Amino acid sequence: MAAGAASGGSATTDTYASARNLLLLPSWVILGIFVLAPVIMMLIYSFLTKEFRGGVIWQFSLAAYDQFFFDRGLFGDEPAKIEWTYINIFWRSTWQAGAATILSLLIGFPTAYFIATREESVRPIWVFLITIPYWVNLLIRTVSMKFLLRDEGPLNDFLMSTGLIDSPIHIINTNFAVQLGLFYSYLPFMVLPIYAAVERYNFSMSEAAADLYASKWVTLRRIVLPAIKPGVIAGCILVFVPSLGSFLAPDLLGGAKNFMIGSLIEEQFKGNAGNWPFGAAASMVLLSMVLIILMIFARQQSKADKAEG
Amino acid sequence: MAAVNDNIKSYTGFKAITILCLVVLYAPLVIVTIYSFNASKSITNWEGLSLYWYYDIFAGPESAKWKEAAWNSFTIAIVAATMATSIATLAATAMVRGGKFKLRTASFGLISLPLMVPEIVLAVATLIFFNSIGFTRGYFSILVAHTAFCIPFAYLPIQARMQGIEDSFEQAAMDLYANKRQAFTKILLPLMMPGIISGFLLAFIVSLDDFIITNFVKGAGVETLPTAIFGSVKQGLKPNIMAISTLLLGVSVVMVTISYFVSKKDNTQ
Amino acid sequence: MPDEAFNMAQHHKDADMSPSSTAAIEVRDAVKRYGTFTALKRISLTIEDNEFFTLLGPSGCGKTTLLRMIAGFEDVTEGAIHLFGDPIADLPPHQRPVNTVFQNYALFPHMTILENVAFGLEMRGKSKSEARSKAGEMLELVQLSEFAKRKPSQLSGGQQQRVALARALAPQPKVLLLDEPLSALDLKLRKAMQLELKHLQRETGITFIFVTHDQEEALTMSDRIAVMSAGEMQQLGSPTDIYERPRNMFVADFIGETNLLEVSVDAIAGGRATCHLGGGHELTCNEVEGIGVGAKVHLSIRPERLFMSEEPAEGESLKGRIKENIFVGTDISTIVELAEGPDFIVRTSNSDRGNKRIFEPGTEMFVNMELGAGRLLID
Repeated sequence: MAAGAASGGSATTDTYASARNLLLLPSWVILGIFVLAPVIMMLIYSFLTKEFRGGVIWQFSLAAYDQFFFDRGLFGDEPAKIEWTYINIFWRSTWQAGAATILSLLIGFPTAYFIATREESVRPIWVFLITIPYWVNLLIRTVSMKFLLRDEGPLNDFLMSTGLIDSPIHIINTNFAVQLGLFYSYLPFMVLPIYAAVERYNFSMSEAAADLYASKWVTLRRIVLPAIKPGVIAGCILVFVPSLGSFLAPDLLGGAKNFMIGSLIEEQFKGNAGNWPFGAAASMVLLSMVLIILMIFARQQSKADKAEG
Repeated sequence: MAAVNDNIKSYTGFKAITILCLVVLYAPLVIVTIYSFNASKSITNWEGLSLYWYYDIFAGPESAKWKEAAWNSFTIAIVAATMATSIATLAATAMVRGGKFKLRTASFGLISLPLMVPEIVLAVATLIFFNSIGFTRGYFSILVAHTAFCIPFAYLPIQARMQGIEDSFEQAAMDLYANKRQAFTKILLPLMMPGIISGFLLAFIVSLDDFIITNFVKGAGVETLPTAIFGSVKQGLKPNIMAISTLLLGVSVVMVTISYFVSKKDNTQ
Repeated sequence: MPDEAFNMAQHHKDADMSPSSTAAIEVRDAVKRYGTFTALKRISLTIEDNEFFTLLGPSGCGKTTLLRMIAGFEDVTEGAIHLFGDPIADLPPHQRPVNTVFQNYALFPHMTILENVAFGLEMRGKSKSEARSKAGEMLELVQLSEFAKRKPSQLSGGQQQRVALARALAPQPKVLLLDEPLSALDLKLRKAMQLELKHLQRETGITFIFVTHDQEEALTMSDRIAVMSAGEMQQLGSPTDIYERPRNMFVADFIGETNLLEVSVDAIAGGRATCHLGGGHELTCNEVEGIGVGAKVHLSIRPERLFMSEEPAEGESLKGRIKENIFVGTDISTIVELAEGPDFIVRTSNSDRGNKRIFEPGTEMFVNMELGAGRLLID
C-alpha cells in the first residue's frame, strides 16, 4: 500500500523483489514434486483399476468409488444399494474426532484462559509447560497412554489401591480409549490458539460488562466468548482435523473393533492384500472433508478479520 | 486487598482444570519414565530400580536394530531439517521481503500444503507417487519425503520472525553502503537467527517424530526409531520400549528447552 | 526592518535559482506514484550546500517519500535528482554518498555501538581497525565513548539518537538526511537535541535535510523550510518568511495559530490593498502578488499581532465582545466575538500586561492591528 510504503513500516516490503523467483524456486520444486504431484497422482490412482498383488492397472475405472458408496452383492450383479460399511467407518471417525475435540475444549478452554490471565512474566513458562508434550514423539505418547490405561496398568493399580474400584476398569480397546488418546495427542493444539486469543482480549470490556451489572458467568458467555471465538474455532479445527485422519491412537488404543479412517486406508497398502485405487479413493474422500472444513474456517476467519476492521 | 473486586478475570474451577490438564499431559510420560528404570522383566510389576533396560538397548540382543534405527532417524532428521530450513529461509525472504506479486498466495498455499493434507493422505500420496515413478523405497525416499513435509514447519517460525524485523535495519545498512547481499548476510540473517533456529528445531523434531509417512515410504529393511518402536509394540509392550521412550523424551525436552530460550532472546530490541 | 531586507534577498535568490553544480541537492520535476495514487506531484527544489533544510508538512504530505527518494529507498517515477550536479535517481542506496538518520534510528540490534558506527566505514572499504578508530572519534563527538561496547538496547532514547547521528555522519556523507529523528524523544530532550543538531550542522558544514511535522521544530532549526501538503510544495522560504508571509491558507493555518477573515479586494495602490469584509467594513493591508482587484480571498492575522482597547487604535480596528480569557502560562488567549466576522483569538504575552489591556468577558471593545500585520492569502 502506498501509505505503508511511504511510512516504510509495513511488514511486507520489496527489498528482495528482484530475487524472489530465485528464492522461491527451491520450495516450488521440492513441494511441487514431492507434495503436490503425489496428491495429484493419488487422485489419478483413485480412478484406476486395481491389481491383485497391490498396485494398479492403467485403465480408467470408477470401481474404487463404487465400492466405497454402493453394495452390488457378492458377485456385483445385484441392484445397487448404499454400502454402509465405509460410510460408517467415516461416521465413526467423525464422531470420535468430535468427542475428542469436545473433551479437549472442556479442558483446554479453562486452561488457556487461566494461563492467559497470569502475570505477563510467568505466562511463557505456562505456555512452555503446555508445549513440551507436543514436542514429545506422538508414538511414544500413545504408547505411554496404552501403558497407563491397560487393565493391569498403573491407573487401575492406583484406583484399586485407593479402594475406589474392586476390579480393573476396562478402558483399553474401547471407543473411549481412542477418544482419550486423541484428546491427549492434540490437547496442546486446543490450548495455544485460545490462549493467544484471550491474551489479546481487552479485559476492560469485562470490567465494562461488570459495571453494567453483568455477572461473571454472563460476562464470560456474552462478552469474552464472542470476542475470542476465532481462537476457539481455530483450536477445535486443529484438534478435529488431525484426529479425523489419525492412525496411531485408534490402532494402538482402539484395537480391531474400533476401526477408523486411518486404519482403513493403511490396510489397502499393506502387503499384497490391499486395493490401491480404493485406498486412494478413501484418501480423496478424507482429503475433501478436511479441505471443506478448512475452507469454511478460512471464510469465517476472513469475515471475523473484516469485522474487526 | 479487596478480594471481591480484584478477580474480575478469574473464574472458580479454572485453576483446578489447568492443573488437571497438566496432570493428564504429564502423567503418562512420567510413569513411562519411572517404569523404564524397573528391574522387572514384566511391565506390570515393580521390582526395584535398575538401569537394566538401558543396558539392554545398547548391548542387548536387539541393540544392533535400535542403533541402526537411531542412526537412520537422527541422520535423516538432521539432513531433512537442514534442507527444509534452508529452503524455508529463502522462501520466507521472498514472501516477506519480495513485495506484492501474483504467485504470492499460491506460493503460500503450496508451502502450507503439507499442513493441510492429513498425514495419512500425504503418506498414501507419496507412496503412490514413488511407486509410479519407480523411485526405490529406502533411506533416500524417507529423506526426500521428510524434507518436503518439514518445509512448512521450518517456514512458519522464520516468517513470523522476519515479519517482526522492520526493514529499516536493512535500509540503514544499504544507506551505509552495504549492497543487498551484504544487507542480507550482515543484518537480516543474524536478526532472523532465532527464527531460523526455532524453525530448524521444529523441523528436526517433526522429522524425528514422524511415523506414518515413514512407514509408507521406507520400504523393507529400513527402519527409523518410530517404525522400529511401532513394530516392537505390535508384538507386545516390553520394558525396553520404556527405556527408548525415555531417551527420546529426553531429546525432546532438550530441544524444546533450547527453542524456548532462543525464542525468548529477542535481538531486535 | 533589517531582517525584512534579508528575507527579500533570500526570496530573490530562490526565484532565479538556476541549475548549478554547487547545489547540494537539486530535485527536478519529481513525481512519485504508487499505482493510481500520486504521492508527489511534480516537485522541484534546490538545496544549497551547507544548508539546514527542512521538509515540513502533516503526515501523508509526501515529505518522507521525497526524503526516501533522495536516499534511494523509493524509485523516482518521473523527474531527476542531482547531487552536486551528478544524477543519482538511478543509483541504489548503497552507491549514494548520502546517509540517513532513521525515525526509529534503526540501530543494528545485534551489533555494539562501536560496530554500528563503524559499519558504514567498513562497507566503504576501510579496514576494520581504521573504521573502528574513526568510529571511536565519532562517538567522542557525540559524547558516547564510554558506551562503545554496549548494545543499542542498553542505551536511552536520547543516546540511541546520538548513536544514529554518529553512524550516519561517520562516512562523511555529502548530505545528511534526517527522517523525523526527534519525534520519539520527550519535549525537554527534543529541545536540547534541536540545538545540538543545529550546532553539529554548523560544525561539520554538511548539508542537512530534515523531515518533520512539527512546525515549531522546523522554525527553530532551519535555514530554509519547504512546506508540503498533499504531495505538493506549498511554500519555500526562510522561517520568518513562512511565518510572517504565508502564501496560502494551508501554510497560514499549518504554521502557528492564525485568525482568518474573508475579504474582497476593492483597490490596489502603492503596495497597499484596500478590502472590505462581508458587512462592508473596510480594511487596508499589504498588496500580495497574484491577488488582484475583485478577488475574494482570506486575510490572515496572527493572534500575537492583535491587541485590544476600549476605543479604536491607530491602524485597523474591528469591533467585538470578549467571550473568554484562557490562561496558557506565558500568554493569555482571549476569544473575541467580532461584530463582523468569525471569532478571533488575541494573544497577550504575560510580560506585556503592563502595556496591553485584558478585559472581562462580556465587555465590548476593539481589536486592533498595525497596518501590514495582516497578510492576504492565495487560497
